[in-house]
Amino acid sequence: MAVKSVIEAVREAMREEMRRDERVFVMGEDVGWRGGVFLATQGFIEEFGEARVIDTPLAEASIMGIALGASFRGLHPIAEVEFADFVWPTVNQLIGEAARVCYGTDGKLNAPMTIRIPYGGGIRGGLYHSQSVEAYFFHTPGLKVVAPATPYDAKGLLKASIRDNNPVVFLEHKKTYRLVRGEVPEDDYVLPIGRAEVKRAGSSITLVSYGLMLHYCLEAAEQLAAEGVAQVEVVDLRTLRPLDTATVLESVKKTGKLLIVHEDNITGGVGSEIAALAADAAFDYLDAPITRLCGPDVPTMPFAQTLEDAYMPNTHKIAEALRTLAAY
Amino acid sequence: MTQAGTQTTDGIAGGIAGPLEVDGIDMSRRLPQGVAPEDLVDIYRRMVLVRALDERIWMMNRQGKVPIAASGQGHEAAQMGSLLAAEKDGNCFFFPYYRDLSIKMSGLTPTQVMLSFMGKAGDAYSNARQFPLQGADLAHNIIQLSNVVAASLTQSVGYALGCRMLGDERVTLVYFGDGASSQGETHEAMNFAGVHRLPVVFICENNGYAISVPQRLQMAIGDVAGRAEGYGFPGLVVDGMDLLHSYEATAEAIAHARREGPVLLEMKVERLMPHTTDDDDSRYRPREEVEAAKLRDPVATLGAYLLAEAFLTEEQEEEIKAQARRAVNEATDAADATPPPDAGEMLKHVYAP
Ligand SMILES: Cc1ncc(C[n+]2csc(CCOP(=O)(O)OP(=O)(O)O)c2C)c(N)n1
Repeated sequence: MAVKSVIEAVREAMREEMRRDERVFVMGEDVGWRGGVFLATQGFIEEFGEARVIDTPLAEASIMGIALGASFRGLHPIAEVEFADFVWPTVNQLIGEAARVCYGTDGKLNAPMTIRIPYGGGIRGGLYHSQSVEAYFFHTPGLKVVAPATPYDAKGLLKASIRDNNPVVFLEHKKTYRLVRGEVPEDDYVLPIGRAEVKRAGSSITLVSYGLMLHYCLEAAEQLAAEGVAQVEVVDLRTLRPLDTATVLESVKKTGKLLIVHEDNITGGVGSEIAALAADAAFDYLDAPITRLCGPDVPTMPFAQTLEDAYMPNTHKIAEALRTLAAY
Repeated sequence: MTQAGTQTTDGIAGGIAGPLEVDGIDMSRRLPQGVAPEDLVDIYRRMVLVRALDERIWMMNRQGKVPIAASGQGHEAAQMGSLLAAEKDGNCFFFPYYRDLSIKMSGLTPTQVMLSFMGKAGDAYSNARQFPLQGADLAHNIIQLSNVVAASLTQSVGYALGCRMLGDERVTLVYFGDGASSQGETHEAMNFAGVHRLPVVFICENNGYAISVPQRLQMAIGDVAGRAEGYGFPGLVVDGMDLLHSYEATAEAIAHARREGPVLLEMKVERLMPHTTDDDDSRYRPREEVEAAKLRDPVATLGAYLLAEAFLTEEQEEEIKAQARRAVNEATDAADATPPPDAGEMLKHVYAP
């Protein structure tokens, strides 16, 4: 199996789906001859032409509204938001409109569209190139929200998103694009949306995460094993909505301890929901307080290295939190 | 019909003149090509029915049986004229807005309309999840998903893009108000449609008000149509109180859209009622203005024209009105006797399979 980066996996998924299905097309800023600012669509316009690789005007609300309208006609658009930080002008179409299509028409109409959003920080992106935006979409029934951490998952889940008959917000952590590499099969495979995966089995603490942080969690878990402190089970959510509550609860019931890690700020984040879930459905199994290690409540990580480091959860901070939990 | 944009093409320009005036509106010109007197009588029958439904719906709001309604009174000629053009074309798709009762009931029975306004089971648009006649009626090529003004504009442009990609010849008609023309998405939609020369007809029903806000506070220009120039396609001011003007302008616009790209039609209309059943327009609109507008009632205008041209006798006209009254009564009774949707419906269809 070939080893690929996340961005290569993303590109491959789209290319294969566009070859497989005429109804699939991409639109966004600079996706054409530039191949996307992260080169996700490199080579696409040469292969598929301008009709299916649309360099849009610099106007995000219309990118989303037009993709939605095209999906009404039965196409499967992939709309790229250049950076998550610029998703806000699309929120009317995404949260206000797309999420309500199926429900608001009593199931008569649906919106088979994929919204690719490069997100996240740790790249010296400052306030407007580092944002984590998942909580807003996570809150919204009618949307699906996918946030893979590995090239294998990125490819299989992006293909599933493109084939899905619902609007899928597909979150790609920018820092994983070239940093994270892994084996990716050449052949066609699809991973189910809504299924978490235990990325590391363990017995003493459940560690739930997604995206870039998943990799820091795996490193921290290895450290604790090496120290002989704890055998940490790492659950990769992969899909945020619909949430795979069964996999999370099964692990928590086994270990009795739960740490949730995400880069997005803590209040009202995905971690809050998982904490509530565990408190509701696994209370009798818990041996320690449910713990969250998340970004702090500031409006995004700042630019200066010191400030960005202070914001970002990392392997060291996660290992510390795990030690505290192990000792409880 | 006045040419407001500069990018004109032969088909889309046009002027019609003649001497006969009915209630101050010039109606005496040859019938547009392809429109027979029977077409107009049929349209008149439908307009009378829409008006009768509209009036009944308003009354039932006062009786507590219809929670909310936006009246289309005053907009009927613009809506019906454009609808007639689209029906004659035979390959159009509609993105109407909440005031477009005439468009949305085109495929429905009066009972279906009443079911929807009363929030009863079987509402054709959303099974009573949404405000009346909001959602989709795909059997009749209609989507109106949302209450958010102008949100449908980018969607309609996307729909037209999809049509082009699939190689079909369908033309998309999207309707909105003068207030909605101020939204950023209106600009974005028209800009994209212009760049790609998509087959879209933008129809602004300009009634001079957005709830209470008058046009002079909405925009610094007299005609929304003039903006089309900035998007590289024609914009036309249309007398939306005149069915034939509205029909002809839309027919030309549809042909142009299919051939060359978008058109913006600004249909100047009057809102004869408050914004919705929840509104009290006496707080912001002079009574004389409303009374003057009522003298230009588009339904009465068309009726007078048909009588003057002897396309209709007085007895026939009376019968049309009596038929409408009967249909509305039956529809009201039928909808009244229908239960609302079962509460168990509430959790369904959050996601498509
Ligand atoms: C984005 C948005 N803001 C506010 C409203 C509330 N609202 C409903 S209708 C309306 C006025 C719209 O006026 P116009 O577009 O001129 O259409 P009209 O009702 O006059 O036909 C307003 C402000 C809304 N529906 N959508």
